[in-house]
Amino acid sequence: MNPPASDLDVSVNNVTVSYPNGHVALHDASFRLQAGSICALVGINGSGKSTLFKAIMGIVKPAKGEVRIAGRPVRDALKLNLVAYVPQSEEVDWTFPVSVWDVVLMGRYGYMNFLRIPRAEDRRIATESLERVGMVDFRERQIGELSGGQKKRVFLARALAQRSRVILLDEPFTGVDVKTEGAIIDLLRALRNEGHIMLVSTHNLGSVPEFCDHVVLVNRTVLASGTTAQVFTEANLTRAFGGVLRHFRFGESTVQKHDGRAVTVLTDEERPLVFGKDGHLEYTHREGREDVVEQRAETEDDK
Amino acid sequence: MEKLLEPFQYPFMVQAMIVGVAVGAVCAVLSCYLVLKGWSLMGDAISHAVLPGIVIAYAFGIPLSVGAFTSGLFCAVATGYIKANSRVKEDTVMGVVFTGLFAFGLVLFTKIKSDLHLDHILFGNILGLARGDLRDTLIVGGLTLAIILVLRRDLLLFCFDPGHARTIGLRTDLLYYLLLSLLALTIVVSLKAVGIILVIAMLVTPGCIANLLTDRFNRMLWIATASAVFSTLFGVYVSFFFDAASGACIVLTQTALFLAALLFAPKQGLLLRRSGTPAVLELPALPDGNRMGAQPAAKKSSCPNG
Repeated sequence: MNPPASDLDVSVNNVTVSYPNGHVALHDASFRLQAGSICALVGINGSGKSTLFKAIMGIVKPAKGEVRIAGRPVRDALKLNLVAYVPQSEEVDWTFPVSVWDVVLMGRYGYMNFLRIPRAEDRRIATESLERVGMVDFRERQIGELSGGQKKRVFLARALAQRSRVILLDEPFTGVDVKTEGAIIDLLRALRNEGHIMLVSTHNLGSVPEFCDHVVLVNRTVLASGTTAQVFTEANLTRAFGGVLRHFRFGESTVQKHDGRAVTVLTDEERPLVFGKDGHLEYTHREGREDVVEQRAETEDDK
Repeated sequence: MEKLLEPFQYPFMVQAMIVGVAVGAVCAVLSCYLVLKGWSLMGDAISHAVLPGIVIAYAFGIPLSVGAFTSGLFCAVATGYIKANSRVKEDTVMGVVFTGLFAFGLVLFTKIKSDLHLDHILFGNILGLARGDLRDTLIVGGLTLAIILVLRRDLLLFCFDPGHARTIGLRTDLLYYLLLSLLALTIVVSLKAVGIILVIAMLVTPGCIANLLTDRFNRMLWIATASAVFSTLFGVYVSFFFDAASGACIVLTQTALFLAALLFAPKQGLLLRRSGTPAVLELPALPDGNRMGAQPAAKKSSCPNG
């Protein structure tokens, strides 16, 4: 039913999306992803990340340009269950009266008849998917009775049960503990080796080089796309984020005895907490903290 | 004993109970979706908006239910259109549109001479149903119920996660209009029994009661239906002895059930919540994530001072 791995790609060609109130959310955006890749979709809030997702999911129709998945128009690709979507935690109503098992079975709806009655095959695949994310013991839980990481894993299991070759993940690491973050990354890598395409919308800049081989930078259009090494440069990120990024330049900070070459930490949203070589708490700017710097310089000289 | 069975000797009482149960069941099943989708106000809006449709249909000699359905749906579609094309929020648009239509209906009603009774339209007349009403209610109500039950999983998915519904190729735009049409149809069916004001309660309370009592959707459907059927039978029965408005007695019974559920529900109940499990169940998961980040930071941050 699914096309062979080599044919799989997602191509976004000159896509422009405008909403009925006249707001142009995305202008002339183009990029292409090939089978077996994990791609980060990086940009500030309102840069068009979710609009891009919606275009790939067929929720919004581009005013110009088109999205093709495995060479097919979006609607045909959706009918073949080629695309799965793992929603942001904030988007889900966790008080909804459904169990973990109900949610994972929803991944099989596209394969069931119109009454959506699961066959043995559907149950087998759903169980298998729960096993793969280690959530089989929780199948009877109401979804609100789970921790942040467990919640995320349930929706990953749903995407697995859907057997989709293209998986869209919206902020998969928000509200997730460090252990689960590692487990999710391992799972994504395994899926990459099986030839899937994963497009991950994320704020978590630091984690991007850790597990993404491709990056698409967006700010109302696609600013750059390509391998992480090509795209994830300070100049590109400054272009994508404008003045929004928080900088921690070691040369300007209270960190001692730098050798003049600049080391910079970039983060979105949260300021980084930096500890120096002796475990000192470090501040972004030296101004106003000269006494701290002096004091530390003295203790270091004593050694 | 004989006195207690007296209501059942009157055909109009028996007919009222049958129609009431049918209407109550359809409303209850739909109310589960409305409560979960956050569409309670939509029921309110559509039911008020049917008034001008009824009066216009009367003036032109077309079936009142056709007029009611059309103007109810017009309200919902107009709301959706204005919301999409302006900066006004949906609940605000809805408030303006449905009150406007309702007021328009009231003005039409006073200007067009008819043998309609305004209080029957507003509050229903379940004890004065005509012979054909029973048949119409059962047919249209049965049809509505059948559509909801056949598509119940798709509709649930649409309420829960429209994004996923879209990725498996479901036409979410069609489901949206289908749910709206089912709502309008249900309101039209309920008009004669409980009227356009009290139907709002029928479309919200049963789902709300059931949502408090269970966290599984199938059970929710059953509980909502059972509470609605019980309220209808009890309300109509009691109204016979008190000589009170039947529709209001039905709604009052539902409200009483809601209060009981609010206080005594096993997991969500205000009185019993302290013994509830969810908060406790989540605890084992927390230390894992917290300890990893919090402990080293706590140790190190004490250094500069010491």
